[in-house]
This record gives sequence, structure tokens and C-alpha cells, in this order.
Amino acid sequence: MEHYTMNLTLKVWRQKNSSDKGKFETYQVSDISSEMSFLEMFDVLNERLIKEGKEPIAFDHDCREGICGMCSMYINGRPHGPWQANTTCQLHMRAYKDGDTIVVEPWRANAFPVIKDLVVDRRAFDNIVQAGGFISVNTGNAVDANAMPIEKDKADAAFAAAACIGCGACVAACKNSSAMLFLSAKVSHLALLPQGEPERKSRVLKMVQQMDKEGFGACTFTEACEAVCPKEISVTNISRLNKEYLVAGLTEDKG
Amino acid sequence: MKWSEFFTSSVGKKFVMAFTGLFLISFLIVHVGINACIFADLVDDTDNGEMFNKAAHFMGSSYLIRIMEIGLFVGIIAHIVQGYMLEFQNRARRKQGYAVSMGSQGSAWYKKSMGLLGTLILLFLIIHISHFWVPSRITYAETLSEVSYYNGKPMHDVFSKMVEVFKSPTWGLVWVILYILGCFSLAWHLLHGFQSSFRTLGVHNKKWVGVVKGLGVAFSIIVPLIFALMPVSIYFGWVTNN
Repeated sequence: MEHYTMNLTLKVWRQKNSSDKGKFETYQVSDISSEMSFLEMFDVLNERLIKEGKEPIAFDHDCREGICGMCSMYINGRPHGPWQANTTCQLHMRAYKDGDTIVVEPWRANAFPVIKDLVVDRRAFDNIVQAGGFISVNTGNAVDANAMPIEKDKADAAFAAAACIGCGACVAACKNSSAMLFLSAKVSHLALLPQGEPERKSRVLKMVQQMDKEGFGACTFTEACEAVCPKEISVTNISRLNKEYLVAGLTEDKG
Repeated sequence: MKWSEFFTSSVGKKFVMAFTGLFLISFLIVHVGINACIFADLVDDTDNGEMFNKAAHFMGSSYLIRIMEIGLFVGIIAHIVQGYMLEFQNRARRKQGYAVSMGSQGSAWYKKSMGLLGTLILLFLIIHISHFWVPSRITYAETLSEVSYYNGKPMHDVFSKMVEVFKSPTWGLVWVILYILGCFSLAWHLLHGFQSSFRTLGVHNKKWVGVVKGLGVAFSIIVPLIFALMPVSIYFGWVTNN
């Protein structure tokens, strides 16, 4: 693809801290290369802001390779921008043309309060995982990989669910601010594997309970989450989670 | 886990919506089947609603069915109350909204509008219940004429009530249009609700999701279409009581 440069108008959400009301600021950025990533465009803008003695725009990022789940911008009405199965850091400026206006907002959900500008607090996800998204094993020698046979299809489905990077785009896209796609990925990848079997029932009950405590909404199967998920986690996992919850809820006294 | 916890978690609340929704879907099958008896007049010009009146009489004649009717009201009220509670709770989960809306990206409008569609159906139901259920169960002495067939036993002439409503020179056309709009709302509500309720209850195998989706589309088109044809057929005089 041919390289080109562009001038853009950015409308970015600025908020000093969690108690600040916040507002949109408009910035003109010029000579942006089509080869740049979306975050590099923000780096260019931030360097300029620093030179001008202004506060740079705070945004989350880490690996910039689309695998860590840190970047989190809601770009022109879509989490992670216009591309399918893509994170903000992997969005490149060739998605835009000269003269475009881009509106950038943080994830919006009560469970994800804004810390500063485009950075939101996603510890709610950590709390959900800590409630049961793990397997308890005794330490000792690593078990031989072939000691526990796992059907290939199940291993693939578990792996597809485990691809969830916990970025929160599902919550950001959901009209109910529901974390069900995230939760269902975490529950599914363990429910499909023999290692997850011993804590299978208590896990799903505890994790749903924690999700409700964190203030996420209920799922209404609009499937908007699946459409924006950078890892293409399927809503099939939500049905599986519901089945796990149904069975566990009906048969477990505790939990 | 206690029963109260089971049904009040976010997933449990959706189970209530799905269970009651499927129960109401099963009711629609009975309702559309009974009411389709009016179309007997299309093939037998002397029917004049006899088959329908007998079926309607049967639906009010035994205690078992009257108890099921109470169950139906419990189900529909549970579906409405839980539906509104979920709608408002879910909306409150995002106090500050987005400046740029996602619109229908990745999700069709009707999937996001179940609250609105449900409200339209509720408004329709208020009209519908006051048209037919109230006269045939409560105010029949003043509002319904009686008719008797060959065994001589009198029964409510609910069919004539239908003709009276939809053939009314003043309001007939208005009711027909409102009933058609009600059927449209039902169709869109079912298009999402049918498949979604099965998936909420844990149907996740690809082959069954395919079956449920296919059945859902067929059900959402066929049932509201047959319902909509009833006021239309009476309005245009295809189905008459003479």
C-alpha cells in the first residue's frame, strides 16, 4: 500500500482524575504517516503537548503487539477502532484519510471508572479472576504432558477461550456494560479441560457472584461484544457459562 | 447456593426471563391455534365462527384451564416486571454514556430494543385484553351475546365480538392498524427472544444453536403473520358471521 501523510482533527476525552467532570479537547495533528500505529500518532501528539508545556494525554498501553490487553480506546463509536479482530495498538493510520475527524473516548462503564483521560480502572476483571479463574494444584514436579489425554477439539475450544486478553472491549461495547463475554471465556477455558474439573462448579458460582459485585450488567445476547472482541471470543462461551451456572446452581448447596 | 441467590444473580435473572419467555411462546402456539379456527369460515361459508366459538368456550370451560390461565398471568407479569427491572438496572450500569454511539455495529437494532418492543407489546396487550378477555371473562353479561349450536347449550359469541370490534365503522380501521403494529412488535421481539432464551438456558452446541435460530425465525414470522391475518380477514369481510 502506498504511503501517504494526513492532517487530522482529534477530539479526545480529557479528565484530570476520577473526581473531575472531564470534557472533550480538540487537537489538530498534521503530517501523520499512514504507516504509524494509532498509538504512535498519540505519541506524536503527546510529544508536542509536552514541548508546549501542556499535560500529555494519558492512555493505557504496554506490549503494542496486540496481546497484552492494556490498550483501551473507544474510537469513533467502536472499541479498538474500525478494524475487525484488532486492538487499538494494532490499528494503523492507513485506516484513516486526510481531513478525518476522530473522536476518542475511554471505556464507559460504572465498573471501569476513569482514572485519568483515556485510562480506566479495570481491576474489576482481576477481582473476577481471583474469585475462581484458576486451578488449585500442589507444587512439585511438573506432570508429564501426555499423562492427561485431552481431546483435540476440546483443547482447541479451550485455547480459543483462553485467548481472551481481558482488555474490556466487550464491556465497553455492551449496551448493558455486561462482562459476560470476558467471564464466559475465563470459565469456558477451564471447564473444557480436565484440570478445571475439580473446581468446576464452585468456580462458576464464585465468579458470577464476583461479577455481580463489581457492578457489571446482565447479558441480553446482543452479540455486540463478539463483534468488537480483538481475540474473536465467541458468544457460544456465554451459553456454555450459562449451562455451567445452571448445573452448578441447581446441584451445589454451597457457593 | 440458595434458591434466592440462584434466581437473583445476573445470570439467574436471565433464566427467569428465558423460562417465562419460553412459557409465553408455548402459550402463543395455543392462542394462535385456537384463534385460527375463525378461518374455518373461509372453507365452510356456513361456519360463521362456530368452530372458533366452541374452541373459545372450551378454553373457559374447565377448572384446569382456568388455573393454567392464572399461571399465564403470573408468567406474563413476571416477564414484564423482571424485564423492566433488568432494563433499568442494565442502563444504570453506565452512568456516563458515549458521545459517539456504536449504533447497530455488530448487533441488529431489535436485539438492543427488547425493552422498547416489549413495551409496545404491553400497550397492545392492554388494548387486546380489554377488547376480548375482559368481555369474555368479566363483563360478558353486558358485552357479549350468546349463541347456541346443535346441542342447544348457549355459549358466548366471542366471534361476533371480534367482528364487532374490527368491523366497527368508527374505530375498526384504527384497531386493525394497531393490531398489525402489535404483531410487528411481537415478531421483532420473538426474533431475538426465541433464540436468545434457549442460548441463555445454555444451548451452545453448534448444531442445536442452528436449529434454535432456524426455528426462531420461522416462528417469529409465521405466528405473528397468522395473528395479523385475523383482524385483516374480518376487516375485509373474508371471514364473516353471515
